[in-house]
Amino acid sequence: METQVSQPGSAAKNLLINNGTSRRAIMDKAAQVGVTVGGTMVFVALLLIFFYLLYVVKPIFDSAEVAPVASADYHDSKPALMVGSDEQNEVMYRVSQLGKVDFFDTQTSQLVRTEQINTPAGSHVVSSSAAMPSEQRFALGLSNGQVIIAGVEFGVTYPDNKRLITPKLRFYNGSAPLTVDADGHALNHLAFDYSSDKMSFVYQDDNKVWRISRQEGEENMMTEEVEWVSYSGTIPDAPVNVQQQLMTPDQRQLILSSGDKLFVYDIRDAEAVSLRQVLELGRAKAKVTNVSLLAGASSLLVSYDSGLVQQYFQVNGDQGRQYQEIRDFDNHAGIKSVASEFYRKSFVTITDDGNLSLLYTTSQRELFSEKFDLKNPGTIGFSPRSNALVVEAGGKLNLFSVSNTHPEVSWSAMWSKVWYEGYPEPKYVWQSTSGSDDFEAKLSLMPLAFGTMKAALYAMLFATPLAIAGAVYTAYFMSPKVRAIVKPTIEIMEALPTVILGFLAGLWLAPLIEDNLPGILTLLVLLPASVLSSAYAWHKLPAKWKQRLPDTYQEIMLIPVILFIGWFSFAISPSLESAFFGGDTRMFITNELGITFDQRNALVVGIAMGFAVIPTIFSIAEDAVFSVPRHLSNGSLALGATTWQTLTRVVLLTASPGIFSAVMMGLGRAVGETMIVLMATGNTAIMEWSVFEGMRTLAANIAVEMPESAIGSSHYRVLFLAAFVLFIFTFFFNTIAEVVRQRLRERYSSL
Amino acid sequence: MGKWFKSGSPWIWMTSGAVSVCLIAVLGLLLLIAWRGLSYFWPADIYQWEIEDQNNVRSTIIGEVYDREEVPVERLLSAGHTFDADVGDTVTRYLIKTGNREFVSLDFRWVMETDIISRSKPNDIAVIERSKNGDFYGYPVGIIEDGKRLTPDNIESAFAEHIERAVALNDKALDIQKGDIGTINYELENLRLKSRKYELNNALTESRKADIESQRAKLNAQYQIVEKEFFALKTEAGRDSVIIRDMRGEEVVLKLDTILDVTYANRLGILGKVGHWFIGIGKFVSDDPREANTEGGVFPAIFGTVFMVMLMAVIVTPFGVIAAIYLHEYAKKGPVTKMIRIAVINLAGVPSIVYGVFGLGFFVYMFGGSIDQLFYPEALPAPTFGSPGVIWSALTLAILTLPVVIVSTEEGLSRIPSSVRQGSLALGATKAETLWRIIIPMASPAIMTGLILAVARAAGEVAPLMLVGVVKLAPTLPIDMNFPFVHLERKFMHLGFHIYDVGFQSPNVEAARPLVYATSFLLVSVIVALNLTAIGVRNHLREKYRSLEH
Repeated sequence: METQVSQPGSAAKNLLINNGTSRRAIMDKAAQVGVTVGGTMVFVALLLIFFYLLYVVKPIFDSAEVAPVASADYHDSKPALMVGSDEQNEVMYRVSQLGKVDFFDTQTSQLVRTEQINTPAGSHVVSSSAAMPSEQRFALGLSNGQVIIAGVEFGVTYPDNKRLITPKLRFYNGSAPLTVDADGHALNHLAFDYSSDKMSFVYQDDNKVWRISRQEGEENMMTEEVEWVSYSGTIPDAPVNVQQQLMTPDQRQLILSSGDKLFVYDIRDAEAVSLRQVLELGRAKAKVTNVSLLAGASSLLVSYDSGLVQQYFQVNGDQGRQYQEIRDFDNHAGIKSVASEFYRKSFVTITDDGNLSLLYTTSQRELFSEKFDLKNPGTIGFSPRSNALVVEAGGKLNLFSVSNTHPEVSWSAMWSKVWYEGYPEPKYVWQSTSGSDDFEAKLSLMPLAFGTMKAALYAMLFATPLAIAGAVYTAYFMSPKVRAIVKPTIEIMEALPTVILGFLAGLWLAPLIEDNLPGILTLLVLLPASVLSSAYAWHKLPAKWKQRLPDTYQEIMLIPVILFIGWFSFAISPSLESAFFGGDTRMFITNELGITFDQRNALVVGIAMGFAVIPTIFSIAEDAVFSVPRHLSNGSLALGATTWQTLTRVVLLTASPGIFSAVMMGLGRAVGETMIVLMATGNTAIMEWSVFEGMRTLAANIAVEMPESAIGSSHYRVLFLAAFVLFIFTFFFNTIAEVVRQRLRERYSSL
Repeated sequence: MGKWFKSGSPWIWMTSGAVSVCLIAVLGLLLLIAWRGLSYFWPADIYQWEIEDQNNVRSTIIGEVYDREEVPVERLLSAGHTFDADVGDTVTRYLIKTGNREFVSLDFRWVMETDIISRSKPNDIAVIERSKNGDFYGYPVGIIEDGKRLTPDNIESAFAEHIERAVALNDKALDIQKGDIGTINYELENLRLKSRKYELNNALTESRKADIESQRAKLNAQYQIVEKEFFALKTEAGRDSVIIRDMRGEEVVLKLDTILDVTYANRLGILGKVGHWFIGIGKFVSDDPREANTEGGVFPAIFGTVFMVMLMAVIVTPFGVIAAIYLHEYAKKGPVTKMIRIAVINLAGVPSIVYGVFGLGFFVYMFGGSIDQLFYPEALPAPTFGSPGVIWSALTLAILTLPVVIVSTEEGLSRIPSSVRQGSLALGATKAETLWRIIIPMASPAIMTGLILAVARAAGEVAPLMLVGVVKLAPTLPIDMNFPFVHLERKFMHLGFHIYDVGFQSPNVEAARPLVYATSFLLVSVIVALNLTAIGVRNHLREKYRSLEH
C-alpha cells in the first residue's frame, strides 16, 4: 500500500516562516536532510560490500610490472655465469665464467667490490657451473682436475641503526681446491651440486669421457668432524656434443642436452649411473637454445630459437617416471636466455632484441612482455624475493624492479583442468596449504563450485516437492483455522539456527542413516504407498463414518499413519539388513557394489539442508497460491472442473511465477548455506555425484580456511573471490525471484 | 479405482501427506532437541553390572546407561563375536558411561546384553562431580583429614561437610584469581603499554621511567601478597581427601580440591530428582565451562551472545529505521527507489558467510588495523582492534540484519493509512513533526518486530562470527571491573559456535554430546521465543490498523 504524501507548497512554507515559526521550518528541513543523508549512507554502505569484495579480488588478475631501476658498467666479453642481487636489492653481483665476481651498489651504480678467485699455480679455469638460483652458488672446474666451490653471501649489520649490506664470497670445502679427478684431467663441462653432506660433480675429462664424482660426508659422532668418502664412476652412453649439463639439487638426476635430445640419467648411485630416458625434443625448424630447471627442480624448461618454451616434468607411466611435455608458451622469437624464480614457478625470458617476458607455468599466464633497450643481452637472474631482476646486456648490468604478486592465479587455472607437477594428468584440484615448503598451492575453484552445486541439488531434490506440495495443500485445501497454526509452525523452522541443524545432521542423522540404510529405502517406498492406501481406505469408508470426522482434517489424520510408517521402516531395518545385505549394508555397498561410502554424505546434507530450505520455499509458494484470486478457481469449478483439475490447470498455472521465485529463493539459500555443510560433510574437495560421498562447498571452504590465510596472499584473495562468486550468484537468483514476484503481484491486482 | 485416480483425490492426499511430513519434521526436531537437552540434567539411575565377557573374564561395571541399540547378530558374528546360545536376530547393546576416566582406559563402553549376568541398583553408590577427569562412580569408604584417616559413623554427612568446606575454599581462591590477580595483571599490562607509548613519542623521561617502575614494583608487591593468599587457599582446599571404592574393587583416594559435588542418585525420589534437575539447569546457565568445554556450564557463551546481540541491536536500529524512513517517506518514487528496495530485500538472501568475509577484510583488517596504527601504536605488533573482536562481530551482524529491519519498518510505515498523515499535515504540523509525533510512534511495533527478527537471526548466525570474533574459550568477558569496563575489542564466546566447537572439535565427542543438546535447546528456545514474540507483535499490529482503516 504505497501512499504519496503531498509536499506543502512553497506558499505554505513561506506562511510558516512568516508566522515566526522559522525554527520549525529549519527543523523540518534538517530532518529531511538528515534522513536523506542517513538513508543514502546506509545504501552506500550496503553497496560497499560489493565494491570492497571486488577491490580485494582485483589484484589477482592484474598483470605484473617490470621497470628499469639502475644499471652499472662491467667489462667482460663473455656472458656471465650468474647474476643476481641481495634480498633488499641494494647490491647486485655478476659472476664471470672465469670466477671474477663484481658487486655493484644499485644506488650509486658503482662497483663496490671485486673478488677474483685464485687458482692453484699452474692451473686455470676450464669450465664453470652455477647451482640452482636459490642457492647462489657456483663451481669452477680447473685444468688440473680440481674444483673450487664458492657462494655469494650478504652480511647484514646495523651500525648506527642503519642497514649495511656487506657482500662477500664464501668458500665451501675450505680455501683449498677439492680434487675431483684423481688422474688430473681437466674438468670440462662441469655440472655440480652441493649440500652440507653431499657433493656431486659431473664433467667430461680430456678423453671426452663423461665422469661423475661424488663426495659423501658422514659426521663422526665422537669428534663431530665430517669425514668425506668419495665415489666415482663413468656416465654410459653419453652424447659426444653436449650443449648443456644440468644436475637436480637433490643430486639424483643428470640431464645432458645434445642437439634436440635430452639424456636423463639416474645418478643416485655414483658407481652405477644408468640412462633413464632419452627425450626427443624434435621441433621442426626450431633449435633448442636453452634448457633450465624451474623452481623446485621438478620441471625442465626448454626454449627454442623460434620463441617457443616448453615445460617438461616427470609423469608416472608404464615405464616408471618419464619426462613428458606438459605445456607450451609461445613467445617472441630469438630467446637468448631463461631464468626462473627462487621459489615460485615463474620464469623470465629475454630475446636478442631485448624483449623481456615474464610467464608463470602452472597458470599458463603471460604476466608481462615488453621491449626494452637492451643490446645483446646475456645472463639474467632473479633477486631472492623475486621483486627484482638483474639482466646483463651490452656491457651493462641492469636492475629491473618486478611487481608480480599473484602469478599463480588465473581465470583458466581456477576453472579448468590444470596439470600440476607430480600429477599423472590434468585435474581440478583445490589444495591450498601443505606441510612442505616447496609446495605449490592448487587453487581450482571447480571442485568447490561442484560441491556447492551438488549439495544444493540434493537439498532441492528433497525440499522442492515437499515444500511445494505442502504449500499447495496449505493454501488451497486447508481450513483457515488449521492453516493459522500450520503456516507459522513451518515458518518457524526458517529461524532455526543452521548450526543446530548441522549438528543434528552430523551427530544424530548421519549415524542413524548409516545404521538404518534399508529402513530409509523402505521409508521412501512405503511413505507414498501408505498415504495412497489410507486415501483409498478413506474413499471406501462408509459415508456414515465419514460424517463423524470433518473432511478438512485430512492432514491431521495422516500424521499418525506417517509416524507409524516411519517407526515401522526403522523397526524392520535390521531384519531387512540381515535378509538382503548380509547383516551390514555399509559393507555391502562398499564391497559388493564398489561404491565409496562416507558416513557424512550428500544424502545427509540433502535432508538436513532440505529442512533448512523447506520453510523458505513453503512460505513464498504458499503466499503465491493463496493470493490467486478466488473468482478464478470458482469460475473453473462452476464450469464443472474437479478441484484437482482447477488446481493444476488454473491455480498452479496462475501461481507458477510465484512458485518459480520460491524455488529460486530456496536455491539461493541452499547455495550459500555454511554451517550445515561444514558439519554434515567430510569437507573433502572431490568431484563425485555419488549420494554416499561428501563434498566441500564454497561457503564451507571459506569458513574453514579464511581464518588461517595470510592477509593479501593469493589464497586470501581467492577466498574473497569465492565469497564474491557466492554474492553475485545468490544476488542474481534472488533478484530474478523478487522481480518475478513483484510482476506477479501487479498482475494479481489487475485481475 | 481408476475413476478414483481420475478424480485427482489421491494427489490431494499426497499434498496433504507432504504437509504432514513437514509438520512432523518441525515438531519432531524441536521435541528431539528438547528431550535430549533437558534429560541431560535428569539424575540418571546408577547400576552395577556383573559381566562375563567373551573370554569368560568376569568383571563389575558401575555406571549409567547412556544409549542402547539393537545390533543384528550377523554383524556381530562377522566381527568375530561368538554366542553360547541362540539369541535371535538382534542383540541389545548398551552404551555405559563408567566415568573414572583416569583409572580405566575407556570412560564409555559398549556392553552386550548377552554378557550381563546380573544388574543391581545399590543405594549407596555416589556420583562425584569433579572439575577434572569427569564424573566418578563408587562407594564412599573413608576420609583422610590432614593426613589422618577417619572412619566416621555417618560417612555421608562427613563427606558432604568436607566437600562443602573444600568447595567454599576453592570458590574463594577462584574469586581471587579472577578478581585481584586479573586486575593486577591488567594494570601491569597497561603500565607496559604506557611506557612503550612514551618510548615511541620519545617522551620517556627519567622521572616517568622511575614513576612507572615504582608503580610496577607496587603492583608486583601486591601480586606477591595476593598470590600467597591464593596458594594458601588452594593448599587448604586440597588438605583433605576421600577414599572411594571403585568398580574394580580398589580403594581410590581423591583429593577434595577437584571435587565439586556428590549425589546419591539411586536414593533420590521423584521430588529429589526434580530438585536436582532444576539445580542442574541453574548450574548450566551460570557456570563456566570446564575441561575443554565438555563439562560445566555455558555462562560465558550466554553472556557473549547476549552482549553481542545487544550491541548489534543498538547499531542496527537507528540505521535501519532511518533508511526505511528515507525510502518510504522522502525518496522519490521511481525506478531507482524500486531498484534500491529490491536490492535491499535481496541482501537478506546473500549468504551470511559473505558478510563474514566482508567483515574480516573491511572491519577487522582495514578499519581495525587503521585504528591500531592511529591510537594503539604502543601495542603493535600485537593487534588491539586489528583482530577479530566483539565490536566487529556486532557490526558485521548489523549489516547482515539491516535488510530485515529496513523491510519490516517499511512494511509498518506503509500500513499507516495516508489519512493519518494528511490529517497531521492539515493541522499545520511540518513533515518532521508528523514523522516524529505520529508516524514513528505508530510504526514502533513494526520497528520492534524488525528488531526482534534481527536479533533472532543474529543470535543464530555462526558462520560469519567464526571469521570476525568468536573463540572457543575466552579467558575474560567483554565486560569486567577493569577500566574502561567495556572491552569491545575482546573476543567472545557464542552459544552457536559453542555447539559447533563442542560437537565437532572436542576430544571426547561422546561425553560432550548431551551438553551440545542442552546448549542447542537453550539457543532454540531463545530464538523460537523471539520469533513467536515477533509474530505476535505483527499480528497484533495488523489487527490494530485494520480497525484504523475503516
